[in-house]
Amino acid sequence: MNPVVIAEDLTREYHVGGGLFSQPGIVRAVAGTSFSIEPGKTLAVVGESGCGKSTLARMVTMIEEPTSGTLTIGGKTVTRDRWRELRADVQIVFQDPYGSLNLRQRVGAILEEPLKINRPDLSAGDRAAKAREMMRLVGLRKEHYDRYPHMFSGGQRQRIAVARALMLEPKLLVLDEPVSALDLSIQSQILNLLLDLQERMDLAYLFISHDLSVVKHVADDIVVMYLGRPVETGPKDQVFAAPRHPYTKALLSATPSADPRRAKQRIKLAGELPSPLAVPPGCPFAPRCWKAQDKCTAERPQLEGTPHPAACFFPEN
Amino acid sequence: MSLLKIRNLSVEFATATGPFRAVDSVDVDVEKGEILAIVGESGSGKSVSMLATMGLLPWTATITADEMSFEGRDLRTMPGRERRKLIGKDLAMIFQEPMSSLNPCFTVGFQIREALKEHLDLDRKARQARAVELFEMVGIPDPERRLKAFPHQLSGGMNQRVMIAMAIACRPRLLIADEPTTALDVTIQAQILDLLTDLQKDTGMGLILITHDMGVVAETAERVAVQYAGQKVEDQKVADLFDRPHHPYTSALLAALPERATERRLPTIPGVVPGQHDRPRGCLFSPRCKFADDRCREVPPPVQPRPIGLARCHYPLNVPAGAEEERA
Amino acid sequence: MADASSQIARTVPTRRPSRFKEFWRYFSENRGAVIGFWVFLAVFLVAVFADLLAPYDPAAQFRQHALQPPFWQSGGTWEFPLGTDALGRDMLSRLIHGARFSFFVGVVVVVVAATGGILIGLIAGFAPKWLDTIIMRLMDIILAFPSLLLALALVAILGPSLLNAMIAIALVLQPHYVRLTRASVINERTKDYVISAQVAGAGLPRLMFKTVLPNCLAPIIVQAALSFSTAILDAAALGFLGMGAQPPTPEWGTMLADAREFVLRAWWVITLPGLAILVTVLSINLMGDGLRDALDPKLKRS
Repeated sequence: MNPVVIAEDLTREYHVGGGLFSQPGIVRAVAGTSFSIEPGKTLAVVGESGCGKSTLARMVTMIEEPTSGTLTIGGKTVTRDRWRELRADVQIVFQDPYGSLNLRQRVGAILEEPLKINRPDLSAGDRAAKAREMMRLVGLRKEHYDRYPHMFSGGQRQRIAVARALMLEPKLLVLDEPVSALDLSIQSQILNLLLDLQERMDLAYLFISHDLSVVKHVADDIVVMYLGRPVETGPKDQVFAAPRHPYTKALLSATPSADPRRAKQRIKLAGELPSPLAVPPGCPFAPRCWKAQDKCTAERPQLEGTPHPAACFFPEN
Repeated sequence: MSLLKIRNLSVEFATATGPFRAVDSVDVDVEKGEILAIVGESGSGKSVSMLATMGLLPWTATITADEMSFEGRDLRTMPGRERRKLIGKDLAMIFQEPMSSLNPCFTVGFQIREALKEHLDLDRKARQARAVELFEMVGIPDPERRLKAFPHQLSGGMNQRVMIAMAIACRPRLLIADEPTTALDVTIQAQILDLLTDLQKDTGMGLILITHDMGVVAETAERVAVQYAGQKVEDQKVADLFDRPHHPYTSALLAALPERATERRLPTIPGVVPGQHDRPRGCLFSPRCKFADDRCREVPPPVQPRPIGLARCHYPLNVPAGAEEERA
Repeated sequence: MADASSQIARTVPTRRPSRFKEFWRYFSENRGAVIGFWVFLAVFLVAVFADLLAPYDPAAQFRQHALQPPFWQSGGTWEFPLGTDALGRDMLSRLIHGARFSFFVGVVVVVVAATGGILIGLIAGFAPKWLDTIIMRLMDIILAFPSLLLALALVAILGPSLLNAMIAIALVLQPHYVRLTRASVINERTKDYVISAQVAGAGLPRLMFKTVLPNCLAPIIVQAALSFSTAILDAAALGFLGMGAQPPTPEWGTMLADAREFVLRAWWVITLPGLAILVTVLSINLMGDGLRDALDPKLKRS
């Protein structure tokens, strides 16, 4: 099957500082990231804050232009002048259901706005009919149509956000931490909804999350990112069962498991994420890695190897 | 004697739309050297009950309790001056957002020395030495230099360590950690949780961990109190709670964890936590409970005895043999 | 028909009080604000119905009654309850009609200043950095002048009249709106809902006016209420300096100026217009405070 989205070597740099007292610096928020997603599949991007997950989402949703690399959506190469035409194919759901809805719009207006902008051929009646159909699909009641977002709970707002994202019948949905801000009992409702919709509409998901237990549940493939670079990618089962990069292993061991009887064998990572302004040469993970050797600080490892690629000179497993 | 003993604590807020009961007859017991986790979703009143204990609630809150004592001393009748002396010294608290808990205008060293000055009788030199010692205890490398840093120059994890250092500065008997790792990354979360449990073991203080993360509870706590809509619905040892939850809410919550999922569709809890305007008459969980019947909807449930996990339920689950006749 | 409407009525959410109710609840917690609101309303009604309320034409002169004191002083009569001025015009009628001018000034100035300011502020908030810098430095320059002085200079160029005074005041007040709007636009622009609108394909005009602007209005409304009083005050000051409304217009500031020479002989000709200005401005400011309490989410509790 043809992938919905193909990213090759995506890179995004920011120029920061350069004020009165400082030299301008270049922050490489994302560097050399490649992936592809097929319809009906979920690719999860995993990493801690500052790893470039959100910048990646902004590039895929065409809010920001990559500094280099190519992005292909639905077989078409993305350039700035094609943003308008490709907009409808990629939509996004954000983490915070409180900030992602316009509080001055009624639910109906929120859902119809994308149609109003992109489908001027539809009449007002058609738009309303489509909005009501979508509300039914995501589990909102008919009478919610005329309400304002502040009357809803977090979970219901996230349903509205999902509904809005689906109004244009996109092929790819970028989910930026869609359940992190929700309570546990609501989280499972939204996850089920997302899985249902994926099956029904054959959607591709780019699922961005830091929560490995959620990722393990929904993902087909995984990209683990560290400081803007992918350090390991592969099918979910392989990555979880046999992580190759030490960072992946540390991340897995640090994730608390809801089983009090499980023996704790946490890998303690020393130190913290280095500043993105001063990424160490060589392997970015080397300063915190327990296996680091001279080679690691001198040379940058490439993403390669079997059974799935990892950017490490001394991979596990 | 319990370290902290609270009986029948209720907190009511006066809001624009009438009174709102955030905490509803909650009992809390913490022994010396015990780690108690209070779990609940947002709106379960888990933070409010602890803030009430610390006397940190705004004036709109009305606090009532049958008993509220710390090491046998009654917190309710204690005069303000004495209470302030106790809080921060014997009873300390850390919060979710380390960045906003520290004053951005002063160096972290100044702030920690200030805390020492308030509660301990130390001269300037001793305070500096103690600050360095504390930073070493919480695992901050290069403490002399870090003491001169401002909060914005440190990462979230470092700032949380600073907060912990300040909290344990006066060797408190009880530390209340309100979602201490929610704003942090997983690898940093692991570091902070290890630090908290190590400190707890070393100093023998009691630790109350307020969280919504079942994973954190499972790995850290010894005993768990589950709160729902302002009420404590269950209280058990951690291993027993995860094996044999007695309250349907706890059971449903555990089943909804993605890592416990057995199939692609997760079991869910329908509906939402009742808010200010739709509190049910009987059991607060009854509208969402799959076991609920008319009795649940009409009659507030009793608190079951200890062997049934103090479950606030008419029909507790997993009732052990022999506990049946004790049932309320 | 009756069926349909009853159905609609049933689906109206009853759980949460409406926005207006909540607003009123916060607003009415501030007692000063409520008093301010009622006084403001009273002045407004007086302004609207000035023709019906005023006993005389404000320009009619009763020469034989010149400088007659209010009724409670010796020499005063019920014929002219608040006395007359040097030309024998009825004070009460002039004050009532003055309210009309003050309101007119306030409304026009606020509308002009707010519309212009919001527009420029929106542009500055969305503009590339260089344009933003130019706009904001320009506003800084305007703000660097003492406002009344600048207004005076403008009126001096345009020629003294009430209309020119209003234009000048509007221009002087405008930078406040620009700054306020730009600040909240920049704050709102990075929020997720704006990005979602962008992802949905919203163009710049839609983003500016439909998505962002409605969410920036709360502080602007408060500012509008407060600058309403500033406008009245400034117009009175310009009138007093002879640069605003020209006699015989019964504008409060102009009345003050006309009465200057009688300060010692007839206190009422100068005190009453002054009091009118004070009460109106005070009531609006009190109301503005209450609006801020009710609209600013940061000050809300729980």
